[in-house]
Parts: sequence; structure tokens; C-alpha cells
Amino acid sequence: MTAPQRVSYRMESTLDSVNKAEEMADQAATQVGFDEDTRGGISMAVREGMINAVLHGNAYDPAKRVNLTFEQSGRELIVTIADEGKGFLPDEVPDPLAPENLLKQSGRGIFLMRTFMDEVRFRKLNSGTEITLIKRLQNSDSALDRQEAST
Amino acid sequence: MSMKASTRQIDGVTIVDLSGRITLGEGSVVLRDTVKDLLGKGQKKILLNLGDVSYIDSSGIGELVSAFTSVRNQGGELKLLHLTKKVHDLLQITKLYTVFDVKDDEAAAIGAFTK
Repeated sequence: MTAPQRVSYRMESTLDSVNKAEEMADQAATQVGFDEDTRGGISMAVREGMINAVLHGNAYDPAKRVNLTFEQSGRELIVTIADEGKGFLPDEVPDPLAPENLLKQSGRGIFLMRTFMDEVRFRKLNSGTEITLIKRLQNSDSALDRQEAST
Repeated sequence: MSMKASTRQIDGVTIVDLSGRITLGEGSVVLRDTVKDLLGKGQKKILLNLGDVSYIDSSGIGELVSAFTSVRNQGGELKLLHLTKKVHDLLQITKLYTVFDVKDDEAAAIGAFTK
């Protein structure tokens, strides 16, 4: 088993940061050994978390930053995204699958995070919101396990 | 990667060939502006060809929904063509697959618009 690895970034509140975070998520998920489909889901969840932080949290404020952390521990990946915005309560976001909300333009980000990750936690900070995304490696979605099984 | 949109006309239907990513920022704006421009010209039968769209995020989904409702509110029709597996799965997950009229064949899609 590899030793836990933790790496943190302090990102600007820009679209470029959203795109970079998505790429970094794919790299981190590759290192843990997730297969392509699972990596796609993880990258999308991180992208949505970053959009939440940059757009809804920090509102593109150049003075505010997003703290992004990737933690690989054994067979799981933990991603933490913390903004410096007003903060929000995820329970106040309407269910995007309810018939009356299906044609709304926004409100699907948190749902997508929950769809693709095993665990999604929200924590209100003194200033801002912290989202923790956790994905655990199952035998069925491990590219490494499949590689080892075939050798 | 940015998104490109080009349009062509067949039998009164405007086909919008999209390629790239429909995501927050440029991709969503290109789609929004293209549909707005078409509606402004009175072209209300729109077929969005998503065959070369590799990725859509929540903002892109929102833009597709917005395009659908804008066209419908003006008495037009908007259909989707050639979904990739990723986009297909995403529309299934978000329960939008049955909201949109999704087609696999261009000629059949064109024929499905109200005459």
C-alpha cells in the first residue's frame, strides 16, 4: 500500500482554475487506479465543485481564492474544495429531478457531484463553504486490478 | 478546448453542427448565441447535432434546456441528433432524455419536424 499523499493548491476564482482542477482530478484519479469511466465521473464532480466555488461562492471575485486539496489514501481519493464566499446550504437547492424543476437552467451541480462520488459533504466555514468529495476504489472500477489480473 | 458551431439548412430545418465541449464559459455562450441568432432570423426548426460534442457540464446542460424552452416559447421545435455515450448517459441521469426529442438519423430527424 502506498503512503497517503496530500497536495493543496490555492486557486484564483477563474474559469481557468475550473478547467485546471478538472485536469488535476483526472490525474489524481489515475494515480489511485480508477478506470476511465470512474475518472470521468470524478473529474466532472470536481469540475462542478469548482464551478460552485468560483461562480456561486466567490462570484469571480479576484480578491478571493479557492483552496483545492487532493488526498490519496490507499484505495480512496478525497478532494476538498473551499471557497471564501457567502456560504450556502445545499438543502436549499431544489431537487433538479422533480418534474417542476426539470426545465430549470441551473441547479444540477450538486446532484452531479452526488451521482459520481461515494460521499459528498458540505461544511460552512467562517467565510465560505467547504465541499468534500470522496471516491473509494472498488474492484470493479480499478484499472490497476484489471491490469494485475491479466498478468 | 473551445466549441465550434456551424449551421446548414435542409428542407427548412437548420442543422447546427456542434463540436468540442459545452461547458461554463465559451462553450455555453457559443450555443446560446447561435440559437438566439437563429430565432432572431425566424429559423425555428433547429436540429442540434451533438455527434462531435465530447463533454457537457451542468452549465452546458442548462444551456441545452434554455435553448429548448426558448425555441418552444417562440412556437418552434428543437431536437437533438447523434448523442455520444457520455452525453446520452448524462441526459438519462438528469431525466432530460425524455424531455428532448433525441434522434440517431439525420434524415429521419429532419422528417420528424412539423411541416
